[in-house]
Amino acid sequence: MASNEEILAGLAEIVNEETGLATEAVEMDKSFTEDLDIDSISMMTIVVNAEEKFGVRIPDEEVKNLKTVGDAVNFISNAQA
Amino acid sequence: MARKVVITGLGATTPIGGDVPTMWKNALKGVSGAHTLEDEWVAKYDLPVHFAARCSTPALEVLSRVEAKRMDPSTQFGVIAAREAWADSGLTEIDHDRLAVAFATGIGGVWTLLDAWDTLKEKGPRRVLPMTVPMLMPNGVAAAVSLDLGARAGAHTPVSACASGTEAMHLGLDLIRSGKADVVVCGGAEAAIHPMPLAAFSSMQALSRRNDDPEHASRPYDRDRDGFVMGEGAGALVLEAEEHAIARGARIYAELAGTSVTADAYHITAPDPEGLGATRALKAAMFDGRIQAEDVVHVNAHATSTPVGDKPEYTALRAALGAQVDNVAVSATKSQMGHLLGASGAVEAVLTVLAVYERQAPLTINLENQDPEIPLDVVTSARSLPAGDIVALSNSFGFGGHNAVIAVRSV
Repeated sequence: MASNEEILAGLAEIVNEETGLATEAVEMDKSFTEDLDIDSISMMTIVVNAEEKFGVRIPDEEVKNLKTVGDAVNFISNAQA
Repeated sequence: MARKVVITGLGATTPIGGDVPTMWKNALKGVSGAHTLEDEWVAKYDLPVHFAARCSTPALEVLSRVEAKRMDPSTQFGVIAAREAWADSGLTEIDHDRLAVAFATGIGGVWTLLDAWDTLKEKGPRRVLPMTVPMLMPNGVAAAVSLDLGARAGAHTPVSACASGTEAMHLGLDLIRSGKADVVVCGGAEAAIHPMPLAAFSSMQALSRRNDDPEHASRPYDRDRDGFVMGEGAGALVLEAEEHAIARGARIYAELAGTSVTADAYHITAPDPEGLGATRALKAAMFDGRIQAEDVVHVNAHATSTPVGDKPEYTALRAALGAQVDNVAVSATKSQMGHLLGASGAVEAVLTVLAVYERQAPLTINLENQDPEIPLDVVTSARSLPAGDIVALSNSFGFGGHNAVIAVRSV
């Protein structure tokens, strides 16, 4: 089970891989759509890659609630608990 | 009087050059882009053909990683060629509502489709990427070029197997003549060097089996030709209404004088042995461009190097050009770069335009013993084309009985 810092770092790598954004730009309070300009198709790719990386399941109906990077980190952290 | 259409930009990425200047230099020198495939899947699937002609510059050396991730390899090649053609045209200020795209492919996103199928079988549906559909659709390349250039007068994808790239030129000419667009980015893209298409083309005995000597495998018109060599890549041309090009002081390579498309309605894959459909296509393109046989000095032939395909094209050329066929310098450029399928017509259009503009015919390599049944004047060493007003033709034929011809006139 990973710490929130480790989850954030892993998520930042996934976002970088998909969008080319620098990993430092992926911060807890950043909105995926407003700040990081990630569209719904990229978001689904990031979600599926996060599921594989962290060994969790993120249901489709949950994805719309993951508005910020912090939302995603917390969801993954709770799902791993 | 129909609007005149001219060509003002050229782009290409091919097995003999990752851009137009490199391709053209090599096309005049005579090189082979065919090589043994080092991929593990050749042995894994025991493919009967062990070689192909890959693009000399990998797409990932040109596009960013993130950009490339969202495109099938065929679309990657198409976008690279379209960007080069656009930059070459010098177009900047333009009414984007009057800019269209006609970008062809023969097969479309075959890598994406089959990778997604492998993923589904190995990892389940959740892992099938959300971008799979837009990446595999055959209009993906036209859509990507339209998005890239902001072309809003329509993005079209003619699909007619190996005639597709030439059919894109036919459509582009129509779009401008009919007033639906002032500028059209035309082209064709293909990336099918994947074990499945190689196996499928092998099954139909279409590919050369000269595994021990790939560079000499593509030998159009040679007595010992035994099939085509699979190539990949893209070609792109900027077509522009003449008055539009003149108004902005553009460099004009040549006029796209006439085009045509016909269908054999003879057999799903075999060419009509009499070449009747090809003859009608040649005559129609010449009629369309108000071209007399004596005007024609150069032909970029379809000539794929298959035993059955090369001869009917000769029959058609003789039927359409009459005695003038003996005065025509014929180039079979697939000898150098293999067969780029749906991209071949577009790349050969680029070569044909350059031949007219530079007054040089590209070389045909590997012609050691010319088939006596095909007595064409094949260009095997440096050849200049005459001064004055000249016309060159480029032919493409595709499975399904598709025939497409363009006629390019000097300006």
